[in-house]
Amino acid sequence: MYEIIENKSIGEGVNVYKISAPDIAAKALPGQFVILRVHKKGERIPITIADTDKNSGYITILVQTLGKTTHLLSELKAGDELADLVGPLGIPSEIENFGTVVCIGGGFGIAAVHPIAKALKNAGNDVISIIGARRKDLLLMENEMRSASSQLLIATDDGSYGTKGFVTDILKRLIVDDKKNIIRVIAIGPVPMMKAVSDFTKQYNIKTIVSLNPIMIDGTGMCGACRVLVGGETKFACVDGPDFDAHQVDFENLVNRQRFYKDEEKSSYECHRKEHHKEQ
Amino acid sequence: MENKNKEQIILNTKERLKIKRHDMPAQNPAKRVQNFKEVSVGYSIEEAIEEAKRCIDCKVPYCIQGCPVSIDIPAFIKLIEKGDFLGAAKKIREKSSLPAICGRVCPQEDQCEKACTVGKRKDSTSVAIGNLERFVADYEAEHGKKNNVSNGKNLYDKKIAIVGAGPSGLAAAGELRQKGYRVSIFEALHEVGGVLIYGVPEFRLPKSILLREVQILKDNGVEIFTNVVIGKTITVDELLNEKGYSAVFIGTGAGTPKFLNIPGEELNGVYSANEFLTRINLMRAYNMNEYDTPMKCGKTLVVFGAGNTAMDAVRTGLRLGYSDARIFYRRSRNEMTARLEEIHHAEQEGIKFDFLINPIRFIGDEKQNLKQVECERMELGEPDESGRRRPIPIKGSEFVADIDAAVIAIGTNVNPIVPSSTPGMDLNKWGYIIADEKTGKTTKKGVFAGGDIVTGAATVILAMGAGKNAADAIDQYLKTDIW
Repeated sequence: MYEIIENKSIGEGVNVYKISAPDIAAKALPGQFVILRVHKKGERIPITIADTDKNSGYITILVQTLGKTTHLLSELKAGDELADLVGPLGIPSEIENFGTVVCIGGGFGIAAVHPIAKALKNAGNDVISIIGARRKDLLLMENEMRSASSQLLIATDDGSYGTKGFVTDILKRLIVDDKKNIIRVIAIGPVPMMKAVSDFTKQYNIKTIVSLNPIMIDGTGMCGACRVLVGGETKFACVDGPDFDAHQVDFENLVNRQRFYKDEEKSSYECHRKEHHKEQ
Repeated sequence: MENKNKEQIILNTKERLKIKRHDMPAQNPAKRVQNFKEVSVGYSIEEAIEEAKRCIDCKVPYCIQGCPVSIDIPAFIKLIEKGDFLGAAKKIREKSSLPAICGRVCPQEDQCEKACTVGKRKDSTSVAIGNLERFVADYEAEHGKKNNVSNGKNLYDKKIAIVGAGPSGLAAAGELRQKGYRVSIFEALHEVGGVLIYGVPEFRLPKSILLREVQILKDNGVEIFTNVVIGKTITVDELLNEKGYSAVFIGTGAGTPKFLNIPGEELNGVYSANEFLTRINLMRAYNMNEYDTPMKCGKTLVVFGAGNTAMDAVRTGLRLGYSDARIFYRRSRNEMTARLEEIHHAEQEGIKFDFLINPIRFIGDEKQNLKQVECERMELGEPDESGRRRPIPIKGSEFVADIDAAVIAIGTNVNPIVPSSTPGMDLNKWGYIIADEKTGKTTKKGVFAGGDIVTGAATVILAMGAGKNAADAIDQYLKTDIW
């Protein structure tokens, strides 16, 4: 049913998967995600849809191996099947002709910002994209981002590629030095990066959208595990988001909620690796 | 056996009334809190026959009127008395496709058993109709050799789509299949059952029993597609216009949890009952050695609310390993909406109930993990719009309690995914679908709805009744094309 068509490693701990899912591919819009289970006793995890091919009926996802589930996923080969795959979920990103927009992808967030940048460009926007990673070899989808943007700017923490520093440094330059008339910023990546972007654009009153990644279970609005505080109100990221107005988001709460099961996640992964080791 | 029964059938009413009600045998409380196995163990053959003798076969069987799907109760009970258990099962299945489930989760004390004539007499209690229904269904599963698979025929070409595999959808599907239609169920989760799989715990309704009932539907030819979110993956309009369905029944429930909207509710350790139960029931987090979904356990768990969901959550917490699992309820014992049997079971298991307490805020540590809850004490004032006495805070009564986890079980709202993605279907001010009470007809041609998505959170059997009624109306509509 949910056949893996391709599983390719594109860097340390990051794999790109093409999965057969004609119904999802036909419907998915930028900003939406899927929930998958690798095996019958597995957990449900949310993953952003990075690309779709409606004609061939597959979706593309990028997944970083961080724990047991993503590790199991990374071991699947073309022809293997997922136990479950459901989507597209969440509200699609707002795509209009805004004017000049900046799409920021940090680390793994590049995969999530890519379809949005592509759609914004197709809608006639002047899309300036900024992508960043710790090192050059951790930078994802550079070519794809280049073709989805009118201008692509790159930052690495260690300066091994592009500008040395953070994506926010480049954003500052665009706003302060170049005095670009930026109508909207879309930022997806680690929470500290999204928060830094948000804090900065707030001073200039530039509308900023972030995509939040809290813990999810069903992904259809029935449990509230993914609840986030936005403008002081409780929202469910799976049905009200995952995109929200960055200037309204309580990032600290998001980080703390993401951390809640760290110990359990760690021991589950360690257990799995030990067993795995035994088998080999 | 046969002769003995014949002799007993001619008991007169007086003799029948003398027989005492047979309580449902249950696992010992001290033992059962250490496992997730079913609490009630079911009647033996002898107990079932003895209990069946208590039915006086009234001229006017009020019990039937008390049953939302109008099972011919005296008829199936008399068959039990004769020892014809498979016949009894067949009798029930004329009206209900999920007897093993209803026998377990229906609030019979408010339905069939409330109306039972025997129970209305002084010094007498009503016939245990639910227990008998359950006995028959379990007997059938063990001995019936699929005799219930009888209607796998396609009498009509028309296809019907059922949205949601909860009680209303399963009942509608069973009924429509029996009528000879081609039926497909679309379910958003990876398993079917709706609240029966993610909400009702294993110790009240073993999943094997749900799967058994669902397997019967499948054997009869009902198609089931999991992992399809109608409104996202496929829309209702697409089902009707592109996928070739002649009618759609929406039974998506009221699955969005309500929160208290008090400070600190976003802290780690504060769960909706839906999340708490979904992790444990659907994802099997009670068995973290085998299953991957995590769950935390601490010492003190407080569940806010006093309905069936609250009882399920607090009893689940106890089994998970919380040494102190309790209920905080803002009204008093009399206003609790949970089934008496569940409250009784909870008390037997050592659940403590604290009444007239209202939470004001949750308090966390520096990592935003829940540590305490601040509450105020309440007193009851005049009745409110629900007819129940309104709780009013007592000034200066605030106190703080140490807790490790809080579960909010104060009800649910409508889930907007299907209503908001289906143009041309009217909704009420709370977002529930407006549908005719008897037929389930919505304001959109060809679309029917029933269960919690129409009524708001109610009971399993009412949802099943709605599914069944809608099935009759769909049959009518497809035969006449009259809307």
